[in-house]
Amino acid sequence: MLSRKASCDSHEQDSSYFLGWQEYEKNPYHEVQNPNGIIQMGLAENQLSFDLLESWLASNTDALGLKRNGRSVFRELALFQDYHGFPAFKNELVEFMAKLRGYKVAFDPNKLVLMAGSTSANEILMFCLAEPGEAFLLPTPYYPGFDRDLKWRTGVEIVPIHCSSSNDFRITACALEEAYQRAQKLNLKVKGVLVTNPSNPLGSTLNRDELNHLIDFAIKKEVHIISDEIYSGTVFDSPSFISITEAVMEKHVDHESDLLGRIHIVYSLSKDLGLPGFRVGMIYSNNETVVAAATKMSSFGLVSSQTQFLLSNMLSDKKFTSKYIKENQRRLKKRKDMLVSGLRSAGIGCAKSNAGLFCWVDMRYLLRSDTFEAEKELWKRILFEVGLNISPGSSCHCSEPGWFRVCFANMSQEILKVAIRRIEAFAESLSSASGRENLSHQRSARNSRRSLSKWVFPISSYNDHEPADR
Amino acid sequence: MVLLSKIATNDRHGENSPYFDGWKAYDMNPYHPTENRDGVIQMGLAENQLCFDLSEDWIRKNPKASICTAEGVNEFKNIAIFQDYHGLPEFRQAVASFMGRVRGGRVKFDPDRIVMGGGATGANELIMFCLADPGDAFLVPSPYYPAFDRDLGWRTGVDIVPVHCDSSNGFLITKAALETAYEKAQKDNINIKGLLIANPSNPLGTVLDRETLKSLVSFVNEKNIHLVCDEIYAATVFSTPSFVSVSEIMQEMEYCNPDLIHIVYSLSKDMGLPGFRVGIVYSYNDAVVSCGRKMSSFGLVSSQTQHLLAAMLSDEEFVENYLEQSSKRLAKRHNVFTRGLAKAGITCLKSNAGLFVWMDLRRLLKEQTFEAEMVLWRVIINEVKVNVSPGSSFHCSEPGWFRVCIANMDDETVVVALQRIHAFVHQEKDGNKSQGKSTKCLPKKLQLSFSFRRYDEGIMSPHMMSPHSPVPLSPLLQART
Repeated sequence: MLSRKASCDSHEQDSSYFLGWQEYEKNPYHEVQNPNGIIQMGLAENQLSFDLLESWLASNTDALGLKRNGRSVFRELALFQDYHGFPAFKNELVEFMAKLRGYKVAFDPNKLVLMAGSTSANEILMFCLAEPGEAFLLPTPYYPGFDRDLKWRTGVEIVPIHCSSSNDFRITACALEEAYQRAQKLNLKVKGVLVTNPSNPLGSTLNRDELNHLIDFAIKKEVHIISDEIYSGTVFDSPSFISITEAVMEKHVDHESDLLGRIHIVYSLSKDLGLPGFRVGMIYSNNETVVAAATKMSSFGLVSSQTQFLLSNMLSDKKFTSKYIKENQRRLKKRKDMLVSGLRSAGIGCAKSNAGLFCWVDMRYLLRSDTFEAEKELWKRILFEVGLNISPGSSCHCSEPGWFRVCFANMSQEILKVAIRRIEAFAESLSSASGRENLSHQRSARNSRRSLSKWVFPISSYNDHEPADR
Repeated sequence: MVLLSKIATNDRHGENSPYFDGWKAYDMNPYHPTENRDGVIQMGLAENQLCFDLSEDWIRKNPKASICTAEGVNEFKNIAIFQDYHGLPEFRQAVASFMGRVRGGRVKFDPDRIVMGGGATGANELIMFCLADPGDAFLVPSPYYPAFDRDLGWRTGVDIVPVHCDSSNGFLITKAALETAYEKAQKDNINIKGLLIANPSNPLGTVLDRETLKSLVSFVNEKNIHLVCDEIYAATVFSTPSFVSVSEIMQEMEYCNPDLIHIVYSLSKDMGLPGFRVGIVYSYNDAVVSCGRKMSSFGLVSSQTQHLLAAMLSDEEFVENYLEQSSKRLAKRHNVFTRGLAKAGITCLKSNAGLFVWMDLRRLLKEQTFEAEMVLWRVIINEVKVNVSPGSSFHCSEPGWFRVCIANMDDETVVVALQRIHAFVHQEKDGNKSQGKSTKCLPKKLQLSFSFRRYDEGIMSPHMMSPHSPVPLSPLLQART
């Protein structure tokens, strides 16, 4: 009766990534009304710097009231549905993107296509670059939403490039080749590689070696590179961010323009500016045909003109954007340090990271066995007993069990502290048991019968609105 | 190695159709009342520009509705992070209530069935992804909106099988025509998944009567196929007969499987807000709502816009007044225009809705062929300097019909357009004199040639701003990239 797409599961919304959210929705933490509730740490949102945006708005009443020099632009905005987008907005965006890359790269607004969120951008690129049944290689672990965004309606396949903790999950030339061969064996034609840089869920930027491996691979196999750089503004520590374009330019390859025609960048304002609700995504491509096709396809999800107007005003304030980028990164670093040291005191380590809104946490030693079943068990305990929604590595297609993505930028500092205390208490309770080997199902059952309040601590003095740190 | 996909390189986006050629001519030489009085008047763009004063006034009086005003900025953070594909509850509530009002309160819509799409463009594509597989087809009565070819079929792989309607009965959709089209499709091994209708119709500007709607609902129930009703012009009905929605018909029919019925809606025409990209899929089928909602991730409505419109559409007094005024102004505009055409001896299909008229220029064709229609059309663009849309671009089965949009300009421009049409018709009437003149002006080839290209071949914009207001173009929209 319905289409196959409607009846199948490729939207992957039954995976644990989404189930955790559902549990959180049913029982969300609130410091006063539900202190025993689940703390959401599975949502990669940046809520640290709204005060900066709000204060900009307060001093820029024109943009607010849909005015330009006192005159209402409502009518023009209401009618503006040109899929080329607001010229002023695109000018500001390419300037902003260049700024985030330390002006090492310049972008041409005519090569920028706007659409509703990077969700849409990634899907559009698949429609443009691959036929149903063809494949893209993605390094694991990767953002769970890719299974829906890249595959669902497009019919494109994802073939994972296995990365391992033995070398900090770095992409190697070997792993690329191995994935390619695996695809060949499955009779899947590989059209390209898609990387997220900085990485979700690792929270680290790709290094020069990795970028060079990608470039060599793309040249050799004549395939595309999609670089999803939506976290490029969240790099808060060294090493600095190297964009794919920069890497190509510095490599001085032969037939550079050929290669550049196969490189496409995805960007969005959802993470860097913390505005996921506004649905601002974009594709940047040197390939004219891709730009032309993507522009037409953006018709299915244009950015609201009202939003384009507001943000083009905001981004045109260069003093503001510089200040915002710097302050936002400072707060992210502080928040990440807080989580890392909290985990450390619980005896839990993280992968080294310098970007993103999350840590890639190593809980392998807490597993009952080195299996994904054990990982799922641990995840459930953390969700239901400890009251934290974090994302298990398996939902990110990690090839090793025991890793979890834990977000730190989507709550107040106080709530993060509560979360850390819960983790510390949980880790303590596990280690006070007689060693990992003795953890049996019965013990697990006993543990789960303990009331959740064991992990909840009273907050004696509470202030959710410290101005500088969120 | 083939670099790009077929979808990226084929023509199914449909932008090479003559529907868009006229816009190119307009883009290169747009009419302006003071700065370019000889320019092309845009009458190919179905926009509703008649009631902005009402919306502007409301926005001025309701600063809280914008998250950017001092009064509303306390909501900024909550709205900026809201990306739940269920949409803001108050937005869904407001849209459901607005849809009910547009149907005279005769139907109640359930906010939980409201699914967002990126404009009606996104909504139509989304419903196709939910209902049909690549290679399946939908029946669509012709003449139909040209971009359906793209919206329904480009990325979905779904085909359109036209159900031909013609002037012999005022372009009504008959059961016979439906059956014929359906049977032929079966014979050709085409799997028909449903019927898609636009009610009110674009380009006809007419509404479907109760009996026809009932017969369509019976038809789809008989064949066990879907019915998608694109009701985006519902509030542009300005005179009798009144609009009857499929949602009303369902309530009246003894047997109708609700799982087959889906409505597509938008605020682009009724409220004149195409820039805000508010598309809606309303389905009576739970599985479609569920799947559609997940798919809406690819084209959610900006939360900033949801927030504003939630407030605007739930202001009952405003909505009541807006709908009434809009109707009145459309009626007046329609009247002025059709009378003006009548004075020039041009008739239109009798219509009571939409933002356009379906103009009958058959008697001006040199011969009753589509080639002659193209020739006439190019003359209208080049000489009369009015961009109208030829019936062939709407897949009309008879040559000689043209869609003329009438709500996207001010009163003065309407007068100018009518004067030009008048002048042209009288020219055509003067036998030999006009014969010589028009032959001289006919381009050698049938291609429109452009001495100055503002756009590359591959990057055309059919959606340029129409500057038909006394206010000169805003500089913010003039920035060159």
